[in-house]
Amino acid sequence: MDLYPLILAFPLIGLLINAVLGRRLGVRGSGAVASVAVLLSFVGAIQAFIKVRHLVALGDGEARLVVRLWEWIHVGGFSADLSLLFDPLSVVMILVVTGVGFLIHVYSIGYMSHDRDYARFFVYLNLFMLAMLLLVLGDNYLVLFVGWEGVGLCSYLLIGFWYDRMFTTKMSNAAAGKKAFIVNRVGDFGFLLALFLIFTNFHSLNFDTVFAAAAHHPAATGVMTAIGLLLLLGATGKSAQLPLFVWLPDAMAGPTPVSALIHAATMVTAGVYMVARSHILYALTPDVLTVVAWVGGLTAIFAATIACTQNDIKKVLAYSTVSQLGYMFLGLGCAAFGGGVFHVVTHAFFKALLFLGAGSVIHAMSDEQDIRRMGGLRHKLPLTFATFLIATLAIAGLPGFSGFFSKDEILAAAFSRQPALWGLGVVTAGLTSFYMFRLMFLTFFGKSRVEPERAAKLKESPPVMTVPLLILALLSIVGGLIGLPPVLGRHLLGGFLAPVFEGLHHIEGFGHAEHLSASKEWLLMGISTVAALGGFLLAWTRVHKVGDKEGLFAKSRNGFYRLLEDKYRVDEVYDLLIVRPLSKLARFCWRVVDELVIDLAVNFSGLGVRLGGELMRLFQNGRIQSYAFFMVLGLVMLLIRVLVQQG
Amino acid sequence: MFDYNHALILAFMLFTLGTAGVLLRRSALVVFMSIELMLNAVNLVLVVFSRLRGDLDGQVICFFIMAVAAAEAAVGLAIIIAFFKRKKHVDLDRASLLRS
Repeated sequence: MDLYPLILAFPLIGLLINAVLGRRLGVRGSGAVASVAVLLSFVGAIQAFIKVRHLVALGDGEARLVVRLWEWIHVGGFSADLSLLFDPLSVVMILVVTGVGFLIHVYSIGYMSHDRDYARFFVYLNLFMLAMLLLVLGDNYLVLFVGWEGVGLCSYLLIGFWYDRMFTTKMSNAAAGKKAFIVNRVGDFGFLLALFLIFTNFHSLNFDTVFAAAAHHPAATGVMTAIGLLLLLGATGKSAQLPLFVWLPDAMAGPTPVSALIHAATMVTAGVYMVARSHILYALTPDVLTVVAWVGGLTAIFAATIACTQNDIKKVLAYSTVSQLGYMFLGLGCAAFGGGVFHVVTHAFFKALLFLGAGSVIHAMSDEQDIRRMGGLRHKLPLTFATFLIATLAIAGLPGFSGFFSKDEILAAAFSRQPALWGLGVVTAGLTSFYMFRLMFLTFFGKSRVEPERAAKLKESPPVMTVPLLILALLSIVGGLIGLPPVLGRHLLGGFLAPVFEGLHHIEGFGHAEHLSASKEWLLMGISTVAALGGFLLAWTRVHKVGDKEGLFAKSRNGFYRLLEDKYRVDEVYDLLIVRPLSKLARFCWRVVDELVIDLAVNFSGLGVRLGGELMRLFQNGRIQSYAFFMVLGLVMLLIRVLVQQG
Repeated sequence: MFDYNHALILAFMLFTLGTAGVLLRRSALVVFMSIELMLNAVNLVLVVFSRLRGDLDGQVICFFIMAVAAAEAAVGLAIIIAFFKRKKHVDLDRASLLRS
C-alpha cells in the first residue's frame, strides 16, 4: 500500500489522539502513538523515495510525483492548490525530517519520562512534523509559507514548553520563546514581501510556473534582486544567520530533544531548503547569490568564535548549529545547491546526535548544563561518550566521517568561486574542531568536577534513549558515503538531485560546475584535515593539558576573549538600537496616545451619557401620578397638534 | 330633541374630572374611582357617536369596556387590599418603592 499520499495524515492523527487521550495513555503510550505516527510517515517517505529514484533512473527529466489533495484558494486569477510535490529535493528532506524525527520521538519517551506534561509535548512534536512536512512538500510558495509559519509556531510553543522556569537569571523560558517568535517575524516579513513581489510579477506562486516565467521572461533586475534579498531575509530569520541569528542560542530553553529536532536537524534548515528550491531565482541574480555566500561565510566564522568560549553545553552546540548553517548558506551561495543540501543531511545526523548526547548527559546530571561542573563522565556514561565522540569527529570533519565529505564539497565549491570565502571556511573548520574537542575534554575527560549529590545519581540513560544515539552514530559515520567527491567515487546524492537543478543549465554562468583537478581536490581535502587536526591539538594543549587546574575558568583579562564570552554583545546592541526605542515608542503609545487621547475621548463621551442619564432620572421618580401626569400632558399636546393641523 | 353637544360636553367634564382625580388625589382608592369615571366618560362618548352614526359598533365596544372595567376593578381592588395589608396605608406618594 502506498503510504506517501497520506504522509501528512499520520502526524495529524497522532496529535489528535494525544490531544484528546494523551494523559490517559501514560508517557509510554502517548510517546508510542506519536512515534508510530512519525514512523508511518517515514515509511511513506521511503516509498516516495523508491518511486522517485526509479523515475530519476529512467532519466526522462520530470522525476517527480505530485499528489493533489484539494484546491485550496481560487480567487480571480489567483489559485493555490494544496498538493504535495515529491521530487528528489523534497524527498531527501522528508527522509531526513521523518527519519531523524522518528529517532528523536523515541528518545523523547525516555527523556520526558519524569515530566508531567508529556502529552502536550508529544502533541507539539507531532504538530511540528505536520508543519515541517507541509513546508517541504508544498508545491507552491503559499503552502510553503503555511508550513513555515507552522514550524515557527511549534518552535515558539516548545521553547517555552517549561514556561514556569527561568532560562537564565534575566530571561524566562517564555521570554526566550517570544524572542524566537519575534525575531522570526522580522524574517517572515521579508518573506511575505518577496511573495507579493513574485505574485505581482509572475502572477502565480506555484514553483514551476514562477521558475519557468522567471527563466524566460525575467522581471526587471531591481525587482529580481529585491525578491532574492527578501527571500534571503526570510531564510536568515528561520535559519539563524546574520543578522537574525540571536534567537537560536536562546531557543535552547526548550527541552533537549526539541533542540535536536527543531533547532538543529530540521526546522532551521528550512531556510536552506527554501533557497535551494528557489535556485532559479538566485541563479538569475548572481549578485544576490554572492550575498548569500558572504552571509553564510561570515555567520559560520562569527558563530564558531563565540562557540569557543561558551560554558553551557547546549549553548556551545547552538552556536555550532548557527555556524554549520552558515556553511550550508556558503555552499548555496557558491552555487553548490546540492552540496548545501548534502550538508543539511549529514548535519542532521551528527548535530541531532550531539544534542541527544548532550540531553543524555543533562538527564544523567539531573538537569546540570554547565560544563565547568562536569568532567570525567566517560566512565559513567560510556555509550553516551562513545556516540558523542563519533559525532564530534563527524562535525570536526575528520576524514571518513560524514561531516568531512559535505564540508569538503562546500569548501571545494567556495574555492572555485571565491577563494576568500574558502579561507573563511577553512578557519571555521579549525575553530569547529577546537570548540568541539574543548567541549569533549571538559565534559568527558579530566577529573570529575560534578557536585557530590549529582554524582551519586549519575548513571547511563535507558535503552530507549541510547538506541537512537547508536543509530544516529552509525549514520554519522557512513552518512558521508552518499556524496563522495569525484576523486573517490560516485556522488550518489548529487546524481539523485540532478533533475531538480536541471534548470540551471539554461542559465548563463551555471552550465556545468567546473570540476577541480584531482590534485587540487586532494590538496583541499588535505588542508581541511590539517585544520581539523590543528583545532584538535589546540584543544588538547590549551584545554585538556591545563586540566581543571585553577585558571582554566578564571575570568580572562583579554578584552577579545571577554567580547567572545559576551557573544560579541550583539544582544546588547540590538537591545540598545531596536528593542529599547521600540519599547519607548510603545510606552509613548500607551501613556500618551492611549491614556491621554483615546481614554479621554472615551471618558468624555461616557460622561455625556451619564449626565444625560442623570437628567432623565429626575423624571423617573417612581410616583405613579407623575407618570400619569406626563402621559396626560403628552396626550393633550398631541390633541392640540391635531387640532392645529386641522386648522 | 336630543342635543349631541350637551352629551359630549357632559362626557368631557366627566373625563376632565376623572383625570384631575387621577392626577391630584393621593388615596389609591379615590384614584381608582376616578379612573372608572374616565372610563364611563369614554363610554358615553362612544354611545353618543354610535347613535349619531346610526350603527351599533360604538355600543358594542361600550359593553366590552364595561366587561373589561369589571375585571380590572376586581384586580385593582385586590392589589390595593394587598398593598394595604402590608403597608397599612394606600397613599400613592409613599408608594414609590421601586425607586432606590
